[in-house]
Amino acid sequence: MNNQIKHPKGDRILLLTNNILLTIIVLAIVGPLLYVFLSSFLEPNAIIRKGLSLNASDWSLEGYTRLFTDDTIVRGFINSLLYSTGFTIVTVLVCLFAGYTLSVEGLVGKKVFMVFFLFTMFFGGGLIPTYFVIRDLGMLNTIWAIILPGAVNVWFIILARTYFKAVPNELKEAARIDGASDLKIFFKIILPLSKPIIFVLALYAFIGQWNAYFDAMIYLDDRELHPLQLVLRSILIQNEVQPGMVADVEARNELMRISEMIRYSSIVIASLPLLIMYPFFQKYFEKGVMVGSLK
Amino acid sequence: MPVSKPAAATKLSKNLTYIKKNYILYLLIAPAVILTIIFKYIPIYGATIAFKDFSPIRGITGSEWVGFKHFTSFLTSPNFIEILMNTIKLSSFELLIGFPIPIILALMLNQLRKSSVKKNIQLALYAPHFISVVVVSGMVFLFLSPVGPINALLSTFLDKPISFMSDPDYFRSIYIWSGVWQGAGWASIVYVAALANVDPQLHEAATLDGASLLQRIWHIDLPTLKPVMAVLFILAAGGIMGIGFEKAYLLQTPMNSPSSEIIATYVYKRGLLAGDYSFATAVGLFNAVVNVILLGVVNQVVKKLNEGEGLV
Repeated sequence: MNNQIKHPKGDRILLLTNNILLTIIVLAIVGPLLYVFLSSFLEPNAIIRKGLSLNASDWSLEGYTRLFTDDTIVRGFINSLLYSTGFTIVTVLVCLFAGYTLSVEGLVGKKVFMVFFLFTMFFGGGLIPTYFVIRDLGMLNTIWAIILPGAVNVWFIILARTYFKAVPNELKEAARIDGASDLKIFFKIILPLSKPIIFVLALYAFIGQWNAYFDAMIYLDDRELHPLQLVLRSILIQNEVQPGMVADVEARNELMRISEMIRYSSIVIASLPLLIMYPFFQKYFEKGVMVGSLK
Repeated sequence: MPVSKPAAATKLSKNLTYIKKNYILYLLIAPAVILTIIFKYIPIYGATIAFKDFSPIRGITGSEWVGFKHFTSFLTSPNFIEILMNTIKLSSFELLIGFPIPIILALMLNQLRKSSVKKNIQLALYAPHFISVVVVSGMVFLFLSPVGPINALLSTFLDKPISFMSDPDYFRSIYIWSGVWQGAGWASIVYVAALANVDPQLHEAATLDGASLLQRIWHIDLPTLKPVMAVLFILAAGGIMGIGFEKAYLLQTPMNSPSSEIIATYVYKRGLLAGDYSFATAVGLFNAVVNVILLGVVNQVVKKLNEGEGLV
């Protein structure tokens, strides 16, 4: 590292600027998150008006207690858990199966399959014809409308195929000589070797579904079925504070203050679990991207 | 052609024996094929209602053909130009700003010597990616509201709060920069991975030859990123017309719709909310076709610039 000394002056200025800029960028990303977190315990804008107060009376859990006096958030949480888990299982299985088939050398019809899948990445029938199909299958207001239509993820299939291709052919050949069937080879040899890719795909699928709202908005009318993101949308965007949360609030100002706190708390409740967990997954995400970029 | 006929026949029977012998492989891919047919290809057939006057009673096949009626009525409608321009402006600005930033970010991260520092910075940069688009939009609304923190900060300079969300002039900037905030760090991951493959000896040799940092970035780092950049650019440019419905719809308010109404939100409102199925499908189809054409054109252009290396 002592070649640092050899850096010409221009380079050193550039490196210094680089460090300063990166610091600013990190602050610009972390700042708003921190602001939301603190605001969920404080009266909105109190940080700006008074600075961070150490005065205990300025802090309150009212936003959170109000949020939990109504069961919509809890129900949304459970629904999201259900949808995301179901979606993850189906998507990962379907895409691993397809990816394995496409990874087999000399597969008859491989090109046809690839074109068949890739085409759907660039062209589709659009929102309304898709809605009709799902409606005609009787899947409106059922979990299937969330799980099945997006289960085939072409990008996942390509990732899985790339991974399986890297599994040494000798392994499969040896098993085949021992009389193992394709199915046995897949489940007994390939899958146990594929934990990293399974984990990566599962993470991508779960987080994608956890954060999605669009399909649920279109296909699930019934409020009881709404996932967390739709509940959040009504609180955050449509500014509908559920009646259960503010039943006893009379004055308009008081209502405004509380609904503001509820909105900040709901952001924290919805985002914190993933934000806390993601550093543990970080290396897997990077692995996933690398596998994908190798092609 | 008498010669090729038996050849073709043997090939076919050879393939059939292969399929029979390896039927399990085809069973494994079957779920993906079936789901794709049902949820991707049948809707493409269903899109024929764009050329029909769809009546719910008579169904897709029973409805009457009307040719390009819905297309012409969209192309000649007074808001066609506005919606089209909104779509093109929003996505091309997003591309122009959103595409280079992750590259610059990756080059900046690449200069960090200490890997622990780099890791922690990356940790912070990726974090917003794990927040949902609903929450990010909600944060935008909270921060930019007339009583929100941004206006509180600006209040020293302004006598009246700015109502960002109800002013069409701000919509594009809000959309694009909140997108940069959420996605640029995460998007840089691919470039960081590519830069990790650069042979450090190249940099050492160049330094010994007296190359400055900028010269080394220009002549060593950037050429390494070029293939990744080409592929990602084609994909992004091909998606220009397919700009995400999700966030535009969330950030839309009745007051900012002069700049926030894009084709995707229009299709949703006219189609599913107002029940104007055929018209909305025609608009969506128009969008999809323009998109595919764009993808082809961009692919060709990038191929020319990139010594024959394109996406397809």
